[in-house]
Amino acid sequence: MTMTEERSLPSIGSVCRTRAGVELKEFFRQRESVVFTLMFPVILLLVFGAVLDYELGSGVSFTQYFMAGVIAAGILGASLQNMAIGIATERSDGTLKGLAGTPMPKSAYFVGKVVQVLVVTVAIVVILLVIGVVFYGVDLPSGTEWLTFAWVAALGSAACTLLGIAVSSLARNGRSASATVTPVALVLQFISGVFFQFSEVPTWLQTIAAVFPLKWMAQGLRSVFLPDALAAQEPAGSWELGRVALVLGIWCVVGLVLCVRTFRWQDRVDR
Amino acid sequence: MKRYGDRNAVDGVDLDIRRGEIFALLGPNGAGKTTTVEVLEGYRARDGGEVRVLGVDPADGGRRWKAELGIVLQSGAGDSQLTCLELLRAQAAYYPAPRDPAEVLELVGLTEKAGSRGRTLSGGQRRRLDVALGIVGRPRLLFLDEPTTGFDPEARRQFWSLIRSLRDLGTTMLLTTHYLDEAEELADRVGVITRGRLVEVAVPSVLGGRGQAPAVVSWTEHGVRRTAETAAPTAFVAELATRFPGEVPDLAVARPTLEDVYLRMIGDPA
Repeated sequence: MTMTEERSLPSIGSVCRTRAGVELKEFFRQRESVVFTLMFPVILLLVFGAVLDYELGSGVSFTQYFMAGVIAAGILGASLQNMAIGIATERSDGTLKGLAGTPMPKSAYFVGKVVQVLVVTVAIVVILLVIGVVFYGVDLPSGTEWLTFAWVAALGSAACTLLGIAVSSLARNGRSASATVTPVALVLQFISGVFFQFSEVPTWLQTIAAVFPLKWMAQGLRSVFLPDALAAQEPAGSWELGRVALVLGIWCVVGLVLCVRTFRWQDRVDR
Repeated sequence: MKRYGDRNAVDGVDLDIRRGEIFALLGPNGAGKTTTVEVLEGYRARDGGEVRVLGVDPADGGRRWKAELGIVLQSGAGDSQLTCLELLRAQAAYYPAPRDPAEVLELVGLTEKAGSRGRTLSGGQRRRLDVALGIVGRPRLLFLDEPTTGFDPEARRQFWSLIRSLRDLGTTMLLTTHYLDEAEELADRVGVITRGRLVEVAVPSVLGGRGQAPAVVSWTEHGVRRTAETAAPTAFVAELATRFPGEVPDLAVARPTLEDVYLRMIGDPA
C-alpha cells in the first residue's frame, strides 16, 4: 500500500452524530426495548385510568394524580432501566470492547446514550400526555408549570441515566441486569407514589422511598399536574420543590462519581 | 519496522513483526496468545517489558494510533439491530481515511447481506462481518484473534483467500490460531507460544527443525506396508524404483507436518 496522506481524525461532533444515529436505531428496532420501555407505561396508564376511576377531592381524578406518577415511572424506565440493561448487554457481548479498540472518542459513546434517553423520554412523555388528554380528560399543565415540568424531568432523567450507567457495571450481563433492576424499579414504583397516593404508603416505606430519585420526580411532577390545594396531602404539606431539586441534584453527583469510578469497557471476567 | 516485545502475565515473549507480513501466533488454549495480543492492542496493561506497536507504546496509544489498527476480537462483535452496511458506515465514521463500506462488503463477500441484520448471518458470515469491521478503517496492522474457529472447511478456504487479498493490499497481520493448517497456509512466519513463553519463531516450513527432518518413504512390497526414514528421499526412491517393474505400489514421501512439529514443541517445557 502506498503511503496514505495524513488525514485528520473525524471531529468529535461528527462521531457523536453517528453514535446518536446508532443508539436510536438500536433502541427503536428492538421490539423488547420498545415494548418494555415505551409501551409499558402506556399500558399502565390505559389500565389504571380505566380501572381506578375515582375522585381524590377538590374535583381531581385519580388519573390526574397518576399522570405525574406514570410519567416519572416512564422516565425511570427510559433512563435507569434502559441504561442499566442496555449497557450491561453491550459490555457482556463485546460491543463495548470492540468500540474501545476503535479511535471513537469515548465521550461520543455517552453522548449517543444521552441522545437515546432524551428522544425516548420525550416520546414517552408526549404519548402519555396525549393518551391522558384524549381518553381521560387529564388537565395539561399551564404557564410556568411547564417550566417546573421541564426541570424536574431533565434533572430526574439525568440522575437516573447516570445511575443506570453505574448500575450496568454491577451486572454480569443484560439478563442479570434486567433481573435485578426490574424488580427494584417495580418496588420503587409501589412505594414512591406512582400506583397509588403517596400519602397512603406507610411512613417507614415513605422514608425508604425518599432516599431514591423516583419519589422526588413523582412529587415534583405532581406539583405540575395537581392543584396546589392537594399539596396539603404531601408528607411535608407542600410540594417541596427546593428539596426535589436538591435530592435529584445529589443523585446526579453520586451517579456521576459512580460512573467515573466503575465504568468498564470490558467484561470483568476475561476469557 | 515495528517492534513488539512483551514480558509480563506471559513470562517471556520477544518478537518483531515485519511490515507487510502475516505473522501467526500458535499455541494451546491458555498459553498466553490472547493475553499477548491484548497487550499489543492496548486492552491490557503489562507489568513490565517494552512494547512498541507502530512505534507507539500501546499503553499510551491515543486515537491517532488506534486509527492505524484493525482489531478482530475472539468474541466478535456483539448483537446489533443495525444492518451490515449500517454497522460498517458507523464504524467507518470513527476513522480518518476509511475504506468505502460497500467495497469492504464486496471484499468479504457479504454484498448480498448488506441490508441484513447481524443476527440473521451464519457463523462464517458473522466472522467475515467482524473482519469487515476490522478493516473498514484502512488499518496498517490487523489483529485477527482465532478468526476461523467454528468454520466449516469451505468457509475457512474462502476466509483464507480474503486474508490473502488483504495482504496483497499491504496490510500487516497478526493472527492467532490453533489451526496449524491455517498457519501453514497463510503465515509468512509463525511463533509458537506455550506456557506464556515464546518457544520459537520461524518460517512454517522450517519450524522445529522441520526443514532438516528426515523424510519418511512408504510403499507396499509383497503385500506388506514398508516405511523408511531417509535424509535423501530422491535417491532412495530412485533406488526403490529399480526393484519394481513399473510403479512402486502405494508410494508416498512425507515430511513431518507442522502439526507433528508443533505437538512435539508444546509437549516439551521449553
